[in-house]
Amino acid sequence: MWDYSDKVREHFFNPRNAGPLEGANAIGDVGSIKCGDALRLMLKVDPQDERILDAHFQTFGCGSAIASSSALTEMAKGKTLDEALAISNQDIADYLDGLPAEKMHCSVMGREALQAAVANYRGETWSDDHVEGAMVCKCFAVDAALIEDVVRANNLTTVEQVTNFTKAGGGCSSCHEGVEEILAKVAGERCTAPVPEVKTIEVTPPKAKPVQPRLTNFQRMRRIEEVIESIRPMLQRDHGDIEIVEVDGRNIYVNLKGACQGCMMEQMTLAGIQDQLVEALGEFVQLLPAGLLARAAIPA
Amino acid sequence: MNPIYLDNNATTACDPAVVEAMLPFFTEQFGNPSSMHSFGNKVAHALKEARGRVQALLGAEHESEIVFTSCGTESDSTAILSALKAQSGRNQIITTAVEHPAVLTLCDYLEKEGVVVHRLGVDKKGRLDLDEYRSLLSPRTAIVSVMWANNETGTIFPVETMAEMARSVGAMFHTDAVQAVGKIAIDLKSTKIDMLSLSGHKLHAPKGVGVLYLRRNTRFRPLLRGGHQERGRRSGTENSASIVGLGVAAQQALDHMGYENTEVKRLRDRLEAGILPRVPRSFVTGDPANRLPNTANIAFEFVEGEAILMLLNRQGIAASSGSACTSGSLEPSHVMRAMGIPYTAAHGTIRFSLSRYTTEAEIDRVIEAVPPIIAQLRKLSPYWSENGPVEASEQGFAPAYA
Repeated sequence: MWDYSDKVREHFFNPRNAGPLEGANAIGDVGSIKCGDALRLMLKVDPQDERILDAHFQTFGCGSAIASSSALTEMAKGKTLDEALAISNQDIADYLDGLPAEKMHCSVMGREALQAAVANYRGETWSDDHVEGAMVCKCFAVDAALIEDVVRANNLTTVEQVTNFTKAGGGCSSCHEGVEEILAKVAGERCTAPVPEVKTIEVTPPKAKPVQPRLTNFQRMRRIEEVIESIRPMLQRDHGDIEIVEVDGRNIYVNLKGACQGCMMEQMTLAGIQDQLVEALGEFVQLLPAGLLARAAIPA
Repeated sequence: MNPIYLDNNATTACDPAVVEAMLPFFTEQFGNPSSMHSFGNKVAHALKEARGRVQALLGAEHESEIVFTSCGTESDSTAILSALKAQSGRNQIITTAVEHPAVLTLCDYLEKEGVVVHRLGVDKKGRLDLDEYRSLLSPRTAIVSVMWANNETGTIFPVETMAEMARSVGAMFHTDAVQAVGKIAIDLKSTKIDMLSLSGHKLHAPKGVGVLYLRRNTRFRPLLRGGHQERGRRSGTENSASIVGLGVAAQQALDHMGYENTEVKRLRDRLEAGILPRVPRSFVTGDPANRLPNTANIAFEFVEGEAILMLLNRQGIAASSGSACTSGSLEPSHVMRAMGIPYTAAHGTIRFSLSRYTTEAEIDRVIEAVPPIIAQLRKLSPYWSENGPVEASEQGFAPAYA
């Protein structure tokens, strides 16, 4: 069975605002034909200021579909239509303390339902434009449509490249066959076989690096901070974060937070940031999890 | 409140006698059955006894036709790959659209490698069309692989007839019988079936042990090569404890065959008779007249299976569903789709699978639990209004699909 959060369970077992709504003047009917889930969102909107006075739902779907519908009605109430339109599917998932990655695609129909309901209220017609493909990489929830787009746009030819661009394939390896099939399909369209990457051997001696003036301790700290700050938005987009705990000589101790914690890509993430730090500082540094700091502090 | 386990087609509880028989093989009977000393010799004798018991359950003519494997999936893969390898000039497979993924996924893969795969469709009751089957058989057919009974609906296929038809064009016949073995009487020596897969954990033996029945004189190529175990047909040191357990389970299944087809069947019928009249718009899927005695697959229209399972689970009742959301595949069961069951019903299919441990009191508790759960979920469903389904009309529910 799925590993649902307590909040998802609670909203499933005791759904809020379920059933038809008397006097609803904005109704949005949406569904995902892939898995058959469907949602009717009913809003009672105050014509004076377009504020949502009440919200109800009816859902045909699994536990997370019902829970996310319930959460949506709670979130939408009291907002104006424009404010409600800003609610994203991720906001709904966050409200429920997260959902299994596989469930995000099909069962969270909130954003679409809101758009449909608002269109209905304003007398517009609405059609869903988001294309959804079969889930290929379950570790990072990457679907076939996205991989295909990225492969085509960037002329990718190897699984490693796809992993670098989309993360797909960077976890358990079970989707490599599927990724290879997408690569072969796109390559077939281009009428070229995937070309194996040829690693050319560097023959010219590397240029001598310009001598960097030695940084003061303060400058060095500042620069480390700048690099970390520049990376944080990227991690936050994936619901993770990073903070510096201690700088001890060439060891920089950090805490990975949120989705980064226990992520299968943790090592890769750290290695990537470390490269950037080495580049910015012009010296070799090591990026280490703060957990090691505690261990180092214990006298032997 | 004791939990009620009605998911025996997924896996079964180990019989206590099975566990007891296995225990010495983790301790004093640890020998390698291939060894020349007495440590090994005793284990080898125990394996021989187990082999004989499985032979009896399957009605196989020779003890040597029983090859122990690690699971049903391994047996399926071994059978199909062997048939393709051992018969040059034959590169076609005939199977059905409703096979277990152990066969279907392998066939999908082989198709990409150039093997021609024919998948027989089924009618609304999940039955095969034997004329269509006959038309596909040819001297190019390497193997026909058809399950003895379907895992979701319990529908039984006419494998004995189909095996004879396959033999008439010189093709091999394999059946995935993991659901059938132990539930219905099988006598392989009186059939033309060449290969059969069996899985221990479906009949109260432990997980991690299976059998490939390989008819004497069938051309064969092993999947695993190495030592000489199983006469070189399946190398790897024998899982002796599990094999001994499977032997006891086979014996028990044979002893309970009558009970399974009378008392278990009666309880299954009682369950259906109790639920169907109390839940409008519900029906049994598959072929009720010709199915396993322990399986009831009921479609509840306009509600979704995972939601039903979660509410059942809260009352300690375990079953399974053909709904997309329970599988993680995002698609409803391929078996339901093959039978042409509409999406709104396929998503609400619940499989109750009983065993000889199921009691009448348990069945009665499930009969009490199910109707209110369906009613509760239908209240939430946009396809359902107070009195019944919302018909396609002005007020009807017609979502914009993504």
